[in-house]
Amino acid sequence: MNIDIDKKLYTLKYSPDTESHLKPDKEQCRLCKSKTCTYICPAKVYEWNEEKQELIVNYENCLECGACRIACERKSLDWQYPKGTKGVTFKQG
Amino acid sequence: MLKKENKTEVIVVGAGPSGVACAITLARAGKEVVLIERGLFSGSKNVFGGAIYTAATKEIFPNFEKEAPVERRNIEHNYLILGEQDSTNISYRKEDNASYSVIRGKFDRWAAEEAKKAGVYLVEETVVRDLIKEKNRVVGVRTELEEFYADVVVLADGVNSLLAKQIGLRSDIETKDVALSVKEVLSLDKDIINQRFHLKDDEGSIVEIFGGPMLGMLGLGFMYTNKDSVTIGLGVTLNELAQANYRPFELLEQLKQHPSVAPLIEGGVLKEYSAHLIPEGGYKKIPKLCDNGVLVVGDAAMLVNNLHWEGTNLAMISGKLAAETVIIALETEDFSKKSLSRYEDKLKQSFVLKDMKTYKDLFDVMHARKQAFLSYYLKKVNAFFEMFTSSDGIPKKDNYWKFIKSIFTDRSIIELFKDAFAILKLLWSILL
Repeated sequence: MNIDIDKKLYTLKYSPDTESHLKPDKEQCRLCKSKTCTYICPAKVYEWNEEKQELIVNYENCLECGACRIACERKSLDWQYPKGTKGVTFKQG
Repeated sequence: MLKKENKTEVIVVGAGPSGVACAITLARAGKEVVLIERGLFSGSKNVFGGAIYTAATKEIFPNFEKEAPVERRNIEHNYLILGEQDSTNISYRKEDNASYSVIRGKFDRWAAEEAKKAGVYLVEETVVRDLIKEKNRVVGVRTELEEFYADVVVLADGVNSLLAKQIGLRSDIETKDVALSVKEVLSLDKDIINQRFHLKDDEGSIVEIFGGPMLGMLGLGFMYTNKDSVTIGLGVTLNELAQANYRPFELLEQLKQHPSVAPLIEGGVLKEYSAHLIPEGGYKKIPKLCDNGVLVVGDAAMLVNNLHWEGTNLAMISGKLAAETVIIALETEDFSKKSLSRYEDKLKQSFVLKDMKTYKDLFDVMHARKQAFLSYYLKKVNAFFEMFTSSDGIPKKDNYWKFIKSIFTDRSIIELFKDAFAILKLLWSILL
């Protein structure tokens, strides 16, 4: 199923920070087999770059739900809330 | 305003239903409260299904039905069992005002404003990063900018509660103890909503959805009607999403396309997409509820009744009971764990922990027997009605026997015994 997640995310108000509030341990990501974050994230924040063997983190799209932190099989994601003035704003919720 | 700089009587972290209920109860008793919210405004980081419950909400806001920005008064509950293409719906309707649909961005904001009016000092756009401990007691919080001190800190920081974890009130959440929920709010004309859901004026309808794209998983779908929008979403336990490699929004899309659901939302324009975790660990996974100088309330304390879909009411009442405990602690100047553990006693005496205890075994049984209860029997309900409504020239008696036989050929006798035993065990644990 091909879903345009960006179209859904356009409905949200974001105030992105200049640095990521999601900091995976890159060494652990290379060793991670499941890469659960790349499909469990409801905003598709995580993508695996096969060539660079690196996790790309589109933290600006984060919905701050926390699923990736709990689901990370290697428990190697430093997950913090964005700064008080940053991140997503839900108007409906 | 604060009497002393950076020191107050109580700090409440998080302006959701539990935090606001706690703060406003304290302020009404004349206590000095700082309520810290990380979002742009209270409600801006908050997501739920939909409903607030009248009895609990009235305990905090006696006139909310007149004053608060509510959407619709729920008069109908539907239990929709989806097969792959077919469905069975059980619908209960009664002129009622037991719950209301609300838009959290409006309701939580209103509630926080009410708290301000009652004297709560509300600090928005501020993240609490750490709790400050002195001599084995929580004495304040550290935000990005400064330190705030208090006699008691109440953690109402939601399902992820990094703070409760930080001070060892709980270990990290396991994937089977939370559901990841995604939802969409779809704009639809008020008259169209009323037609499609058989409503008039401010009446609302709740649809609880079993099966469909969630068949065989511990997951449920939901729909709520708002004034001029419809909410549709689903939540599935995180471990099952992880195992099955499902993208949550793909499941939601499948749900939206189901022939029994699609006509209800046809033409709806996406107003907002959102996601949130629901604490589903139940009674056995409730963290330590207090320690020296600190209390935990609402989602942060896993206070969700996952069978009845109740959360906001448990949150509000836990916030209120925490506040009542803190009022006594302030008056006796005793902020020890022992003094604050009155909160736990109060929760135990209220419906909050009584209900959670009632369903303490529910999730274990459902996890263990999900292929039976969340797949096979759901399909069988639809198969029964397919058989019962057919008129294809086959004598009815033959159909009945074929249906009964199918149960014994589909499932082994041992499995059937296990199913029956699980149900009996569950009923036993609920009723006794």
